[in-house]
Amino acid sequence: MNEAGFWDSIFNFDNYGDLLALLHNSILAGAVLGLIGGLISTFVLMRDLPFAVHGISELSFAGASAALLLGVSVVAGAMAGSVLAALIIGTLGSRARDRNSLIGVLMPFGLGLGVLFLSLYKGRASNKFGLLTGQIVAIDAPQLGWLVGTSAVVLAVLLVIWRPLVFASTDRELAEARGVPVRALSPIFMLVLGLTVALAVQIIGALLVLSILVTPAAAAMRVTASPTRVWLLSMTFGFVSMVGGIMLALGSYVPISPYVTTISFGLYVVCRVIGAVRTRRGWTSVRDRQPAGGPTPAATGN
Amino acid sequence: MAEPMPVPDDSGEPGNVDTRPAAALRFEHAALAFGTRRLWSNLSLTVAPGEFLAVLGSNGSGKTSLLRVILGLQPLAAGSVTVAGEPPRRGSRHIGYVQQQRRIDPLTPLRARDLVGQGLDGHRWGPGWPSAGRRHRIEAALAAVDAAGYADQPVGLLSGGEQQRIRIAEALVADPALLLCDEPLLSLDLASQAAVTALIDRRRGASGTAVVFVTHEINPVLPYVDRVLYLANGQFRVGPIDEVLTSGTLSQLYGVPIEVVRSGGRILVAGVPDHPDHIHHDHAHAHVDHPDETGPDRAAGATGAAG
Repeated sequence: MNEAGFWDSIFNFDNYGDLLALLHNSILAGAVLGLIGGLISTFVLMRDLPFAVHGISELSFAGASAALLLGVSVVAGAMAGSVLAALIIGTLGSRARDRNSLIGVLMPFGLGLGVLFLSLYKGRASNKFGLLTGQIVAIDAPQLGWLVGTSAVVLAVLLVIWRPLVFASTDRELAEARGVPVRALSPIFMLVLGLTVALAVQIIGALLVLSILVTPAAAAMRVTASPTRVWLLSMTFGFVSMVGGIMLALGSYVPISPYVTTISFGLYVVCRVIGAVRTRRGWTSVRDRQPAGGPTPAATGN
Repeated sequence: MAEPMPVPDDSGEPGNVDTRPAAALRFEHAALAFGTRRLWSNLSLTVAPGEFLAVLGSNGSGKTSLLRVILGLQPLAAGSVTVAGEPPRRGSRHIGYVQQQRRIDPLTPLRARDLVGQGLDGHRWGPGWPSAGRRHRIEAALAAVDAAGYADQPVGLLSGGEQQRIRIAEALVADPALLLCDEPLLSLDLASQAAVTALIDRRRGASGTAVVFVTHEINPVLPYVDRVLYLANGQFRVGPIDEVLTSGTLSQLYGVPIEVVRSGGRILVAGVPDHPDHIHHDHAHAHVDHPDETGPDRAAGATGAAG
């Protein structure tokens, strides 16, 4: 492949309008996942759960590949796997250290099961690869219905438990003293997270879920500490990564996932640089802190 | 030794602040036990509005359990307790609660004003909407602890003393009748200790909020304390410092000779036997305890903010 051919295979905008019409289901799915992923990623980071997201996604992959082998609905398989994983992690791993070792144990087991099921599966090879690295082009109308419906459930639950969940995630002891049902919130959130992971696995693949369920909020939290702005920015980043990734990938021969993960990563790098500059200069533009107010923010960072 | 507030009597008469119930906190013949181990019993105590009660005692004497009882997280074995005239329950509006300073992750997406807001409505369901009234209450609470200057700073980037001020504003923003403090000075430098205790004292004078202050170190709060509750060996003593923190009283409580020395406005206690499973400290020195300051949740994933 010569150089022009290389770039042509990555960026190709011939017949763009036709492709756009053909893939409008996928774009819609990407938009919904980007928004809901950006939203939930803020809670994932607040509760220190990125590793749990990865663990859940591997069991979701095992469930989906089992469904593929058995010839039943892949959506249902992915859901079953991730909800099971989320509940196990949510109930057995309330302490961070327990949780991380539990995930470390579950993850290779799930991945191993998935590999077993896929090697027994005699169908199309692209189906196999798609579960790991994404298959957004294959979104059909019923799948889109599932996606939108599940996202609505996730959003509704998050809206109800919003303030107590933030309180419990940022100051567990005080929240408990103030009557927040801290122990009940944890499995509820894990369940909602499991549903979201199951959606993401089908769209961007088990290996790349983190780029949409962790990176957007990780980027947003670098540039602002205002909760409202973190949510808005994070949802914007999720949306831009997903929809932008699909738009760029439309005419090319490579899968969509690398575009999504690259945009997502790029946003993070930019935010990290901005955040570093901002922390060095002092967080707020007006330096009206009292002289006796202690060391500068940059000095207390570590 | 300053004695700023008259010691309120236990008759339950309303004091100067008449909008409050007669007693911010009342124990009647209360007992607390875990299995067969009795931590304390027959505790009768009334804390009046605006009173500053310091709770002292060795490790394992039931100081923290006392707070858990008041918070409604731990039932009594016998007797009764009321907070502002009501039985304690989880999430009571009558109680503000300040814990020992713990490190907040630098990337926590909350500003100082958001942390204070959690004290107002963080326990309510739903996402919550901004309102002018809410904003005013939060800003007033921040101003009351001299923290208006860093209202928009990320809480994770504030110093320990600044964070503890914000936590006091968080505890007081809902205007509680009783402020519970669980070792709030631990791991603060001396200047911050003095600032934080002065703020708490200012509040009880201005609003009649009663203060129950659990501490292992009496000296930072010495100028403000009205009465002391000293827990030891399943027994307790209540009264002014001069009556409780004496060689005679403490020797009687512990059953071993204990020396209490007053020196340069400080009280030094020597010879207190420690809880068996605890390393021995010499109580004659202002020592620092060994609490589990940063839980595993907080220690993990804390990245430097400077990038």
